[in-house]
Amino acid sequence: MRVVARETARWDAETLGPVTAKTPLRQPSFFTDSGIPIPSVLTAAQRRGELQESLGLPGEFPYTRGVQPTMYRGRLWTMRMFAGFGSPEDTNQRFKYLMAHGTTGLSTAFDMPALMGYDADHPMSRGEVGKEGVAVSSLRDFEVLFDGIPLDQVTTSMTINASAIAALCMYIAVAEKQGIPMAKLGGTIQNDMLKEYIAQKEWIVPPRPAVRIVVDMIQYCSQNMPRWHAVSISGYHIREAGATAVQELAFTLADGIGYVEECVKRGLAVDDFAPRLSFFWDVHNDFFEEIAKFRAARRIWARVMRDRFGARDPRSLQLRTHAQTAGVSLTAQQPYNNVVRTALQALAAVLGGTQSLHTNSLDETYALPTEDAVTLALRTQQIIAHESGVDRVVDPLGGSYYIEYLTDEMERQALEYIRRIDEMGGIIRAVEEGYPQKEIGESAYRFQREVEEEKRLVVGVNAFQSDQHTAVEILRIDDQVAASQIARLRKVKAERDPQAVEKALAKVEAAARGTDNLMPPVLEAVRAYATLGEVSDVFRKVWGQYREGGAF
Amino acid sequence: MADRTLRILVAKPGLDGHDRGAKIIARALRDAGMEVIYTGLHQTPEMIASAAVQEDVDAVGLSIMSGAHMTLFPAVIDLLKEKGAGDIGVFGGGIIPDDDIPRLKKLGVAEIFTPGSSTQDIVQWIRGHIQGRL
Repeated sequence: MRVVARETARWDAETLGPVTAKTPLRQPSFFTDSGIPIPSVLTAAQRRGELQESLGLPGEFPYTRGVQPTMYRGRLWTMRMFAGFGSPEDTNQRFKYLMAHGTTGLSTAFDMPALMGYDADHPMSRGEVGKEGVAVSSLRDFEVLFDGIPLDQVTTSMTINASAIAALCMYIAVAEKQGIPMAKLGGTIQNDMLKEYIAQKEWIVPPRPAVRIVVDMIQYCSQNMPRWHAVSISGYHIREAGATAVQELAFTLADGIGYVEECVKRGLAVDDFAPRLSFFWDVHNDFFEEIAKFRAARRIWARVMRDRFGARDPRSLQLRTHAQTAGVSLTAQQPYNNVVRTALQALAAVLGGTQSLHTNSLDETYALPTEDAVTLALRTQQIIAHESGVDRVVDPLGGSYYIEYLTDEMERQALEYIRRIDEMGGIIRAVEEGYPQKEIGESAYRFQREVEEEKRLVVGVNAFQSDQHTAVEILRIDDQVAASQIARLRKVKAERDPQAVEKALAKVEAAARGTDNLMPPVLEAVRAYATLGEVSDVFRKVWGQYREGGAF
Repeated sequence: MADRTLRILVAKPGLDGHDRGAKIIARALRDAGMEVIYTGLHQTPEMIASAAVQEDVDAVGLSIMSGAHMTLFPAVIDLLKEKGAGDIGVFGGGIIPDDDIPRLKKLGVAEIFTPGSSTQDIVQWIRGHIQGRL
């Protein structure tokens, strides 16, 4: 090592120095998007730690190089395209289309009313029904949504949080109608409430009762649904709200630590639930930093789970993740450039070792994607998987001086944030005090200013602009969807047994006021066709509607 | 005309929680010397119109990503008129398809800023088009 350090110093003086003296660099210094300084060259001299200690081998602690020993040589990542719009019929058709075109897992986007716990006929749902995801209010909608899709043969991801418990119970109930027991269901429900208060901001009740519901679901799933991920701890929304990669890494892992702490407080044994915790990263533009983020995340999580929580089951230590390319990086200007951005981001996710991936469509700065745009996004993944050759090798960048340097730096900076959050009394307290929210707001504003001051170039936006306007086809959601959803909801309410609903909702309320697990009574309620809004109303009644102030 | 500091209400109608844009605009307008009130998330048109009147603002900036703009933007404008505050300018931004922009303008939205607009453009526009109300 010392020889390398000496040689590097010599290179700096004899080779680099004269060149930069004559021709200055394009910038006095270089940084990643998170602000990590990038040295003029990296060599073996910068490498810290023993190989086994910080890097290890694929499928072994600390999993820096991947959670499986074979990675994509064993099985390709799951190409999971997020879909949901309009009526349950519309989304059911899109699911079948995607399955016919080689998508290997379903991923459901729900509309805003569903995410906020309102039925289609609620005044707050005005103008929103089916617009940003599929409209669902009751089990009847789930029956249509998954019609003709054998739920024991697909894995389904559901992106829903504040009202996740109602959605999961409706999924279980629709599977029952297909004759499939919940133990056979595979998939993920996002159910990460902490990041809602930090970034995505779809909530019903305040943080503490919301986390209690999450813990109820983790507990229930660990006992009854061995193939189900009860929470997907998500950095995606944190990043999209303007966080840097380091902040995304830090706040997401802090959220994960928060859930584990709450489950342990509940009396759950860590190895009973931790193997089913899953994660979800954004993949933004800074190619190498993004790859390093995946690797640093795995290493931090493995060490936290082993050393802080005493986990012993290797699966508890393995951070498995979904990833999605960065919607926030897409531009309305020159929209076809978005295909290139998405391809680079998708490649970074694969080189980072993701287990599943969604690629965004070029038209998403305008509206939800059209079928053609989604197909191109899926083809992007298929080209990476089947033509680029990156699937043939495990952690191809392991040992790269730059990647290892970035992995170390991101780990160091993320641990610093986590230490600060611990000092504040943990992530729930930090969220209540608005700490991550404020940090993210600062980063978002700084990024925007850098773009406007042209310190940061965005092709087509503040550089290489074009007067030519590219028209892209837009997916429009018919306002008729709202009317038909409201009609279906009324029919459901007219046909169900009102006493059974009332009795079941009373049990939900009793469990909410006490300490019994909420899953069994909510499941009973949705089986009786209690709606998502009615279940959420019980929570609002017991714990109050959460509101955030107008700080900015 | 009184040459007073412009007061702007930045509002988030609808249910989507994407507040990065709204908060960036709020900060940029404040940095440009305007008085800015931000409503916070998940506001109904009624809440926004009431806040605009109570706060006696010169203009309302609406930010939305959920696709409900064709319903919610005109609702805000109608409610302002009902409250006798039709002279409060309304502008907006977010994920809004090109085709909707002329329709929104016809319905009384003074300007729409789509993704990629610079905060300086918005500041300039406000200075050029919004006059302090007497």
